[in-house]
Amino acid sequence: MSAADAKLTAFVRTTGRVRRPATVIVLCGLLAALLLTVLLAATVGAAGIPLTRLPAALGLTAADPANPFAARDQLILWSIRIPRIAIAAMIGGMLGAAGAIMQGLFRNPLADPALVGVSSGGAFAAAGAIVISDSRFAHYVTFLQPFLLPLAAFIGSLLTTIILYRISSRSGRTSIALFLLAGIAIAAIANAGIGLLVFIADDRQLRDITFWLLGSLSGATWSKAATIAPMLALGLIGMFFTSRGLDVLILGESEAFHSGVDVERLKRICIVLISIMTGAAVSVCGVIGFVGIVVPHLLRLMIGPGHRLLLPASVGLGASLLVGADTLARTIVAPAEMPIGILTAAVGAPIFLLILLRQRGLVGL
Amino acid sequence: MADAPVLTASGISLTIGQATLLNHVDLAITSGEMVAIVGPNGAGKSTLLRLLSADLRASRGAITLKGRDLHAWSPAELAMRRAMLSQHVSVSFPFTVEEVVQMGRGNLPLASAQSLVDAAIDEVGLGDFRHRELPTLSGGEQQRAHFARILVQLACGEAAHGPGILLLDEPTSSLDLRHQIELVEISRQRARNGTAVIAVLHDLNLAVRFADRIIVMRNGAVAAEGTPAETITSDVIRRVFDIDVVVARTDDGAPYLLPQMMQQIAASTSVVG
Repeated sequence: MSAADAKLTAFVRTTGRVRRPATVIVLCGLLAALLLTVLLAATVGAAGIPLTRLPAALGLTAADPANPFAARDQLILWSIRIPRIAIAAMIGGMLGAAGAIMQGLFRNPLADPALVGVSSGGAFAAAGAIVISDSRFAHYVTFLQPFLLPLAAFIGSLLTTIILYRISSRSGRTSIALFLLAGIAIAAIANAGIGLLVFIADDRQLRDITFWLLGSLSGATWSKAATIAPMLALGLIGMFFTSRGLDVLILGESEAFHSGVDVERLKRICIVLISIMTGAAVSVCGVIGFVGIVVPHLLRLMIGPGHRLLLPASVGLGASLLVGADTLARTIVAPAEMPIGILTAAVGAPIFLLILLRQRGLVGL
Repeated sequence: MADAPVLTASGISLTIGQATLLNHVDLAITSGEMVAIVGPNGAGKSTLLRLLSADLRASRGAITLKGRDLHAWSPAELAMRRAMLSQHVSVSFPFTVEEVVQMGRGNLPLASAQSLVDAAIDEVGLGDFRHRELPTLSGGEQQRAHFARILVQLACGEAAHGPGILLLDEPTSSLDLRHQIELVEISRQRARNGTAVIAVLHDLNLAVRFADRIIVMRNGAVAAEGTPAETITSDVIRRVFDIDVVVARTDDGAPYLLPQMMQQIAASTSVVG
């Protein structure tokens, strides 16, 4: 082999190589990021609790008798801030994971539950539930009360996802352009429905419904956290069973079938998982967009597209991101609060455009 | 027992709407046999392969794999017994060559399949590309990566359940001459170990080199079937492809063909020489 040949071989060997970081490092890094964000979120806010007072406020150490704020700190932390952080983390995790699963299912990095109307479908159903449960039919559904909103949001999201899937895929192929356009149409229909409900709602219902249109975590309570925790658990368990199938599904439905995946079953599980997690998020804090796009996209750049790691990592990064965004939302215009949906859109929409530009050939527009 | 066919199709037809894509095809393939399916565009070659892989379901007729109805196997059981390389596989996410080849292992843990993955990557000559992202490679390199993935799937299945079936749909469509021959060699090596190999091929000369038996299809039916010497004759080619060719013989008696125009050029040069 000549020197030139050897040089060329060395060049080929090293160009374009991709190195993936170790799984343990990725997961530990994400966990550390989440802990840091949570610590920050716990200490800042309308009533600041400095780090030195945090252990006492958490009840880890005896309260310093010289600290006049001890009782106030504890109250704020345990009844307002911690449930809010917990909900933000759970919802961020679910939105990130729902986005990643949806992108795998549709083989399309532009999929996001909020963007294509799945969140709007859930919000429409939840708003409908508010109006109905407040009307003369109320006594039929009282037994469902604590679960009414999550259940309605889940059903709304599920129907929307199924309709979207039916429209955009034909004989095992999913058209990305058709998928995005159908998503826009479905979101428009759901939003028109929400508009109609706003029109017929009374003042008190209106206040509740408006909440879904903006997206906010300000109504966070322990009971809401308890309602969505099982949904997150279901999502985490379900992820475990879908990750291998989603990898092979990227090659196409036929290829997934040839390599032993029960494709129909996989698709059903994915649709239910997306709907459970999106529905749970919507029922507590309304429509928060772009988390589902940004989180898996950033992660794919760092750790690659394999779902075994991508799905749990999306939960971790989504959680950190939303806790951070919510902390920002409640501090930058304090004592007022900025709707968190505005923040996530401000960061997420440009990233979405960036992906769109890079994938222009893929979309086929 | 050695001669019992691993895969049989009896009287299979496929009708979609008004169109008959496949009309009463019979087929039996035994362990260790290499079969090439050839024919003009739209003859039903790929359709036949998709029926044999259980991707499609026949409107009439039955297919059995290892003595059991093809559709009675679950997708996972099927994947352990037959591996199928499709014609076009596009990957829109940035998986590396190694990650794609690893997908062939199915539900096996990575640790027990990694040596098979390494061997398959080396066998198709992609050792230098294993950490490259698949979408950045050329069409032929991507095709070889998918072939390596299929080889891993075949090896995993055969380790557990004995010789299986390898289905290849135009596996050489993007490959250069050398890699076409290498693919044939790799397939033949598998056949020597008992794998039944069925490939849809366009290049008749390659089919002659590839196969023990050639099935010539036309209009959804079998037009001719037999050894290369029996099937690749100027008579069959004229009947099926509707062109005139000259079929010559190599020193070892294998047929090869030259389309008429090419033959005239060759004749004139030999006169000059």
